[in-house]
Amino acid sequence: MQQPNRLSPFFENLNFEREDNTMVINFGPQHPSAHGQLRLMLELDGEKVVKAYPDIGYLHRGIEKMAENMTYNEFLPTTDRLDYIASTSNNYAYALAVEKLIGLEVPRRAQVIRTILLEVNRIISHLFFIATHALDVGAMSVFLYAFREREFGMDLMEDYCGARLTHSAVRIGGVPLDIPDGWMIALRKWCDKVDYELKHTYNALLEKNRIWKMRLENVGVLSSKDALSWGCTGPMLRGSGVAYDIRKEEPYELYSELDFDIPIADTNDSYGRYRLYMAEMEESTKIIRQLIVKYDETEPQLMAHAPQYISAPKEEIMTQNYALMQHFVLVTQGMRPPKGEVYVPTESPKGELGFYIKSEGEPYAYRLKCRAPSFFHTGLLQELLVGTYIADVVTIIGSTNIVFGEVDR
Amino acid sequence: MAQHQVNYASAGGLPVALTTVDHLINWGRSNSLWPLTYGLACCAIEMMASGDSRYDFDRFGTIFRASPRQADVMILAGTLSKKHAEFARRLYDQMTEPKWVISMGSCANTGGMFNTYATVQGVDRIVPVDIYLPGCAPRPETLQYALMMLQKKIRKESANMNKNKKQNLRLI
Repeated sequence: MQQPNRLSPFFENLNFEREDNTMVINFGPQHPSAHGQLRLMLELDGEKVVKAYPDIGYLHRGIEKMAENMTYNEFLPTTDRLDYIASTSNNYAYALAVEKLIGLEVPRRAQVIRTILLEVNRIISHLFFIATHALDVGAMSVFLYAFREREFGMDLMEDYCGARLTHSAVRIGGVPLDIPDGWMIALRKWCDKVDYELKHTYNALLEKNRIWKMRLENVGVLSSKDALSWGCTGPMLRGSGVAYDIRKEEPYELYSELDFDIPIADTNDSYGRYRLYMAEMEESTKIIRQLIVKYDETEPQLMAHAPQYISAPKEEIMTQNYALMQHFVLVTQGMRPPKGEVYVPTESPKGELGFYIKSEGEPYAYRLKCRAPSFFHTGLLQELLVGTYIADVVTIIGSTNIVFGEVDR
Repeated sequence: MAQHQVNYASAGGLPVALTTVDHLINWGRSNSLWPLTYGLACCAIEMMASGDSRYDFDRFGTIFRASPRQADVMILAGTLSKKHAEFARRLYDQMTEPKWVISMGSCANTGGMFNTYATVQGVDRIVPVDIYLPGCAPRPETLQYALMMLQKKIRKESANMNKNKKQNLRLI
C-alpha cells in the first residue's frame, strides 16, 4: 500500500474493476501529447477504451485562494497564468467582473483597444490549437507554419504591452496604454497575412489531406445533446451544431456594434471542430478590420473616471491635492468595491470564461471563482473517450483544446 | 627496419588532430543535447516557441524527445505542484547519465508568485539543477542562452561524470 505523504499523492478514490482481460494504462501526467498535466487512466479492452478517468490537479496552484489575499489590482497579473495561451482574455474577464461590481463605464477608446486585443488573442490561441493539434496527430510542418504567424501576433502584443505571453494588457477601468505609432498598420498587415495563410497554407496542408481527414473524421463525435448536458461552451459546443456564442447572446464591450457571424460545424466530429477554428479566425480578422476603423473616431481617454476606485490621470495627481490623497489610498490599501456578488461571462477562445466575485466591501475579494471552459471539457473526456481506440485518444484530447492552467487553477 | 618507418606527422600520412578524450566527448555531448519534453505550465509554451521556426532550437543540436530514456537534459518549464513532484523525480531518475537539469522560469526556480500550499517552492528541492533561468515566462532567447550556458558548462566538465560530482565546478 502506498504511503500517503506530502510528495506522493494517495489515490484511494480510483476504483477500477478488472474482471476480464482489460488493461489499465496511465496516460500522463507527463505525456508529450497530453496538453499539459492531464493524467488519464484508461481501461482498455484490446485497443478499445472501455473506461476513461481524467485525473486533474497536477497544476493546482491555488489561484482562487490567492485572490482572497490580494487586492483587486494585485490579482490581475495572476489571471495571466490561467489560460496562458490567450492571457488577455483572462485579464479582460476578470477586469470586466470587477468593473461590473463597482459599476464602471469604460471609455470608448479603451473598449476598442480591448476588443482588438481580445481578437488578436483569439487568433493567437486558435493558431496554437491548429499547431499543437496537428503536431499531436503527426503533422509536424503545420506546427512550424502556424507558429510563424503566431509569433507575428505575439510581436504585436509585445509592441503594445511589452510581454509576449503573460500580457496583463488590460486594467480594471480601461487599458494602461494607447496604441503605439504604426501599430494599426502592422495589425492590418498581420490580419491580411493570417487570412492569406489560412487560405493558402493551412487549408492546403490540412483541409483535403487524406491522413488528416482519416485521423479526424468521425473521431470524437459529440452530439449536441451531450455537449449541452456536459456544460460545453465555445468551439466544443458550436462544433456540435449549437449556435451559442456569448459575444452574440450577452454582448459585452463592442461586440453588439460589430458585424460578424458565428460559424457552426454540424458534423459533430474533430474534423468539424478543426474547420470551425479555421472559420473563427477569419471572423476575428473581420472584426479587427472593423475595429481599426472605429479606433480613429474615439476620444483619447483610456481609463474610466472614478477617483474612488481608479487613480486619476497623472496630471491631476500632480496638481490636485485631493486626487493625490485618493491615489495614495488606492495604492497603499487598494480599491474597496461595494458589498455584493457578481458573475460576468465572456467568450474566451476556448469557451465561456467568467469570474464570480463576492465582495464584502474589503480591498480583498471574499471569494473568487473562475468558471473556466477547459474544466468542463476535461470532464467530458470520460464520456467522449469511451468506445474509441487508443490511437484516437490523442486526437480527441487535442480537439477539446484544454489548457491545464485553467482546469486546475 | 628504421628507414622504412613512416613519420605520420610530416610525411603525407593521415592528418593528426591532437585532443583529449575529455574534449572529444564533451564536444559530442554539448552539441547534441536532447531535452525531455517536460512542459508543466506557461513556460512550456515558450519552450515550444523555442522549438518553432523562428527560434529554431534544432540548430543547436537540440531535439525534443518524448522519452526520458533518450533525453540528456530536463527542462523543467513551469510550476511544479506537490502532486506532480513525485513524477518529476521519477522522470529524472529514469534519465540515463550524463544528465543535466535546466529550471525554467520563476515558478521552477523558487515557486515564483505561487507561494501557496500546492506549489513546490523551487524544483531544486526535488532534482539537482544546473542552470536557473529567470523570467515569467522567460523569452525563447533566454532559453537559448541557458542552453548555450549549459553547453559551456559541459565543455568545462570532465568526461568522467563521477569525477564531477566530487568537485564543485564553477561556471565561467
